[in-house]
Amino acid sequence: MVQLRSPQELEKLREDLLTQRDPSRPCISACAGAGCLASGAQEVIDAFTRELQTQGLQADVDTRGTGCPGFCEQGPVVVIHPEETCYLRVKPEDVPEIVSHLKDKKVVERLLYVDPATGERTTREGDIPFYKNQQRNIISDNIRIDSKSIDDYLAIGGYAALCKVLFSMSAEEVLDEIKASNLRGRGGAGFPAGRKWEGSRNAPGEPKYVIVNADEGDPGAFMDRALLEGNPHSILEGLIIGGYTIGAQEGYIYVRQEYPLAVENVTLAIAEAEKYGLLGKSILGSGFDFKVVVHRGAGAFVCGESTALMTALEGRVGEPRPKYIRSNEKGLWNKPSLLNNVETWANVPRIINRGAEWFTQIGTESSKGTKIFSLVGKITNTGLVEVPMGMPLRDIIYKIGGGIPDGKRFKAVQTGGPSGGCIPESLLDLAVGFDELTQAGSMMGSGGMIVMDEDTCMVDVARYFIEFLTDESCGKCLPCREGLRQMARILTNISQGKGKAGDLETLEELSEAAMEASLCALGKSAPNPFLSTLRYFRDEYEAHIQEQRCPACSCKALISFYIEPEKCTGCRICLKKCPVDAIDGDKKKIHIIDQDKCTTCGVCADVCPSHFGAVKRLSGVPVPADLAEDQRRVIRKSKGQ
Amino acid sequence: MDNDRIDQIIDQHQGDASALIQVLLDIQRELHWLPKEALQRVSERLAVDYARIQHIATFYKAFSLVPKGRHQVHVCVGTACHVRGAPRILDTLQDHTGIKAGETDLELKFSLETVNCLGCCALGPVVEINGKAHGNVSTADAADVLKGYE
Repeated sequence: MVQLRSPQELEKLREDLLTQRDPSRPCISACAGAGCLASGAQEVIDAFTRELQTQGLQADVDTRGTGCPGFCEQGPVVVIHPEETCYLRVKPEDVPEIVSHLKDKKVVERLLYVDPATGERTTREGDIPFYKNQQRNIISDNIRIDSKSIDDYLAIGGYAALCKVLFSMSAEEVLDEIKASNLRGRGGAGFPAGRKWEGSRNAPGEPKYVIVNADEGDPGAFMDRALLEGNPHSILEGLIIGGYTIGAQEGYIYVRQEYPLAVENVTLAIAEAEKYGLLGKSILGSGFDFKVVVHRGAGAFVCGESTALMTALEGRVGEPRPKYIRSNEKGLWNKPSLLNNVETWANVPRIINRGAEWFTQIGTESSKGTKIFSLVGKITNTGLVEVPMGMPLRDIIYKIGGGIPDGKRFKAVQTGGPSGGCIPESLLDLAVGFDELTQAGSMMGSGGMIVMDEDTCMVDVARYFIEFLTDESCGKCLPCREGLRQMARILTNISQGKGKAGDLETLEELSEAAMEASLCALGKSAPNPFLSTLRYFRDEYEAHIQEQRCPACSCKALISFYIEPEKCTGCRICLKKCPVDAIDGDKKKIHIIDQDKCTTCGVCADVCPSHFGAVKRLSGVPVPADLAEDQRRVIRKSKGQ
Repeated sequence: MDNDRIDQIIDQHQGDASALIQVLLDIQRELHWLPKEALQRVSERLAVDYARIQHIATFYKAFSLVPKGRHQVHVCVGTACHVRGAPRILDTLQDHTGIKAGETDLELKFSLETVNCLGCCALGPVVEINGKAHGNVSTADAADVLKGYE
């Protein structure tokens, strides 16, 4: 690699890279993101390498491991270029067939996407409904490049924005562009990025710092990881532009150590950018110096909060501090520190390249651009989806997400992570945007979207989040440290049928105290999961407290399992699997559950074959009496009867 | 871990006291826990109070002050896994191993931990053992994922 000393040298390199590449040459790109790796993508990639050798094609076909394209549900995902043939759920044993069809360009039909409703197959990746209904401005680059190759990033126009900024824009002009784009922070609160940048730029004090917040702690949210793993250079490019704009020469990337692949890829990206002279002393000969340090977070949810993150960067315990003075003016080491979330930084090079006007055409009045959501939980198509701001929740969940699996009924969608709230079915037509979600009692947060169906108990969801936050509270402020503990205790009692009159009022009081008197956003927003579920699902709380009944039949202490005699065929599967031997029966003898022995673990319901569906959950009603011994013989009905 | 190795790790971070957390993470990664002697050495070399190191080692979840088992079992209890039944998986694994989340058995075979989202939500509920993900675990076969580990 040669150090690039001028924008001309960068363009020359880019041209050379492009002439070396033949766009019609076959390329197998396999998702090597953490989600697909967990479902066996590495074995598939290895199989491709082996098979290409076996068939003597290694010189004619390229392979690359890409970042996450988003369709995690159907991983490992493999796309064959240039046709963009998309194969799903690929296993190592499918590889020889795929490779043998490369030459004659035949398609392996059985690995294509099948529409669950019509049974129709889709060949091209972009035609799959999951992708077709999205607007993929950011995440689309993930599949165009090898996540470990700077050359791939350069070949798709990478670092052009940096070049433009360094050689044809003043810092003020960059700032004006970001301000004009109305880009709002993608990490949680949605603070206007331009105003934050301006504050840091104007604040006195040297040196200044720019920071990437990749401490993605919201359970169920993994879009930042996908960007950092899949396209680390776009984050670096944004960060360097930020540094240039506010006058910082040092950047930090604070990334959770639970994301080892993100740490690996971004560390490699920094090293490669340094080799090309895109980081370091006098970038591209511009005279602007910039270096980046990776800091691994050691596992503390509160460190996603900007001031806590900065104290952690200093090598201390991540406790937030009061924000009388904002951290963009006095942050890391008490110097002006500009912190933005991964996705926010990823937007920056695109805004510079295509202009603020392009960006403001997408989205709603107050929320511009696209947003990546991680659509998870009880949803047919789990994955990352990128949509323009303002798309109704219903479209995201049904058109892209494919609705709720197993014919179940939608109950709520939880957005905004532990600080967010649950949105009920009646608000499904809500347009997603920062302000719209806040008005509905939830928030955008980093973009987690957890879908819940009729089997999810909303009291349990509130208990889950409050317990999570109790555990993650840093302990500095009393209403958060002690108040949340009490809330968790009361909610646990309610979910165990030990709730009493007045509990809801106590919970509301504790919520108010936490919101009023906590220092940071963790405590201030902690009661949201409780308040939003109470607002929309009060009847579920009342059923738990007044009738000791869990309407979703989910809370372990409030349910019983019962085998419906007319459906039981006496197959003995549940009987054998019951871990506490609570099921009595025999071959062709209707099974019954000994309610005294039963621990309501639910194994019997899991293993009962779905075409029998004999095990039923009951809550709030007495379990029907067992059959008399002489009535327990299974009478097999003959076919046609 | 001898002092030479600890010194090596510290030198990789230029002996900078602000890199304390990074140094502890490197030691934790090699040993799977932080022995007192190691922390004392770090305290001397970085000139950081031992009490502050203790504060950090107990605050962050990545650190352990007790030895860990040979096999690290991580049960994902992120929201997506939670609504898909992770609590029942955890109950089953706790019953099966006889230890609670956060504990290690006496033979130092398994350490059972809960984690808040591994980010492979499509596979939920997920149990990760020594870094390998086991997806779509059901209550009925949860105990099977522990088979084959000695």
